[in-house]
Amino acid sequence: MEPLLKVENLHVRFASYAGNVHAVRGVSFEVGRGEVLAIVGESGCGKTVTAKAAMRLLDRTNAIVDKDSRIELDGQDMLHMPRRKLNTIRGKDISMIFQDSMTSLNPTMTVGKQIMENLLTHTSMTKGAARKRAKELLELVEIPDPEDRLDCYPHQLSGGMRQRVMIAIALACDPKLLIADEPTTALDVTIQAQLLDLLGRIKEQNGMSVILVTHDLGVVASFAQRVQVMYAGQIVEHGTVEDIFKRPKHPYTWALLSSIPGRALSSKSELYALKGTPPDLRRPLIGCPFAERCEYCMGICKKQCPSETEVSEGHSASCWLCHEFAPKVQPPRIFGGNE
Amino acid sequence: MMNNNEILYDVQGLSRYFPSKRGVVKAVDDVSFQIRKGETFSLVGESGCGKTTCGRTLLGVYSKTAGKVLYHGVDKDSLNKAQQKEYLQKNQMIFQDPYACLDPRMSIASIIEEGMKVHFSYSASERTAICAELLHEVGLPAEFLSRFPHELSGGQRQRIGIARALAMNPEFIVCDEPIAALDVSIQAQVVNLLIRLQKEMGLTYLFISHDLSMVKHISDKIAVMYLGSIVELGTPDVIYNRPMHPYSKALLSAIPVADPDGNWAKKRIPLTGEVPSPVDAPAGCKFWKRCPYAKETCKEQRPALRELETGHFVACHFTEEL
Repeated sequence: MEPLLKVENLHVRFASYAGNVHAVRGVSFEVGRGEVLAIVGESGCGKTVTAKAAMRLLDRTNAIVDKDSRIELDGQDMLHMPRRKLNTIRGKDISMIFQDSMTSLNPTMTVGKQIMENLLTHTSMTKGAARKRAKELLELVEIPDPEDRLDCYPHQLSGGMRQRVMIAIALACDPKLLIADEPTTALDVTIQAQLLDLLGRIKEQNGMSVILVTHDLGVVASFAQRVQVMYAGQIVEHGTVEDIFKRPKHPYTWALLSSIPGRALSSKSELYALKGTPPDLRRPLIGCPFAERCEYCMGICKKQCPSETEVSEGHSASCWLCHEFAPKVQPPRIFGGNE
Repeated sequence: MMNNNEILYDVQGLSRYFPSKRGVVKAVDDVSFQIRKGETFSLVGESGCGKTTCGRTLLGVYSKTAGKVLYHGVDKDSLNKAQQKEYLQKNQMIFQDPYACLDPRMSIASIIEEGMKVHFSYSASERTAICAELLHEVGLPAEFLSRFPHELSGGQRQRIGIARALAMNPEFIVCDEPIAALDVSIQAQVVNLLIRLQKEMGLTYLFISHDLSMVKHISDKIAVMYLGSIVELGTPDVIYNRPMHPYSKALLSAIPVADPDGNWAKKRIPLTGEVPSPVDAPAGCKFWKRCPYAKETCKEQRPALRELETGHFVACHFTEEL
């Protein structure tokens, strides 16, 4: 079956006073129907920019998307679509949940109005029907006393409740694709668990696809089916959750997984910490972007960027170590290597 | 090697209430614990449970409403002026927000040496030498001394915050969510730094965090807080492997595990609703409204913190039956 979202060779640059920041560098991926794809990586690796580009939410004044980049939703070209058409798709077929619910909701509008706004724009509902549907949506996201909450302003709700309201707005028109950008990062673990359960249930019910942007690998393992790891604007490894957590091939993925404290062998021992900082995205990259910080760096890594190598079906890594002529290295012990 | 039995802080019935329009907020409500020299004592819990207030009241940043704090066995209120000054020097704090806790108009050197000017009689050149040494200690180059906070990244600023605390040659540091604002790989760097400094200088930490997996890694003792009270206290091994209080159980089971076969969702103990307002905390056990095992007794009587086994305290009427 045709994938729902197809992104091909996406390049995004931002104009800044110190030169163009090349934030996303040739990203290609697909999201199947009913699938949860997680995008993980450090801050500044291009996760959010990729997600926003798919929604065409990037700031038009300084974001430059390359001409040959392609983003297709359900066969429709998203990048060259006229605004008027775009507005009928965004909020309906594709919608987004943002990290910071306080700044993403309108503080001067009641919660009910904000949910109804979406319904009134995209459907031919009357106001009364929209209000009824809004109440149902609040029930769906498990907000107690939905009738009363419709007339609340965002500041009257707690962080977890506001995040639920955002989910209700995003789900109002039964989207085919939901982009969740760090949906639970600002919340406590107990509330996070409640929301992930909720999203999982709703996904099962209406079969939507989800792109989950996060840096929390715990959330990824419990919620996603496929994972792509990004570094310096590129996808360095992608595969199923099993592939990434049990048979990771890229040294950056090893580093990410090793820095989870729960995996450390004893308490108060030195935690694995990746040294250095990501490369400056204003400069052109020569060779592998991770070479500077990589423990397994070889001569070729600094000269030429590795191409994507398929390790098994649906699992690829961009690393010279996956090349057939590369020396065999032992991955860290926790991934089956024996030091 | 430290004398592990020496008690640095003995906190007895510490409370801090805040008046508000709707009633009294009992942010910290009758909390008792002991911190031994050289250990890391952690406070964990959801936001709004009183972790930060507890740390600040302990140091005296907030005045306490009730209770006693014994420092080296001496009541903190009975210290004279000179002793108080020494106390302030030896007890330091590292803050959560590395952007807000450094004065943007001061250079790094003046931020670090500000406290030294008050407490020690070093000459200017001695202070500069100490500052450079401290920067080296926290893993930053000495050029940073003449820079300003806005030129540094979040992780670097947090290191400056640590250097500023170390400049006072402290014995005790309250680390108030020191890693919450940092990226995962940077978090590990800062935690490693804190662990190394503790080993080298014999520091004692009160570590406040909601990142439960990091807490497990660095703590010697953990107290789980809920609505201003400690509900369970014990070693990381006990708290994470054999939690007894229903709230600790639910809280710990909510940590997502980075293991695709973890069956996380199945093992989870669901916790419905949110933390109730601390203004009108329910009478009886504070947790009963959300507790799946609540009985009549729980609604009426507040459970006291009981010692189940050596060093493992739980505040629940029915732990044994669960």
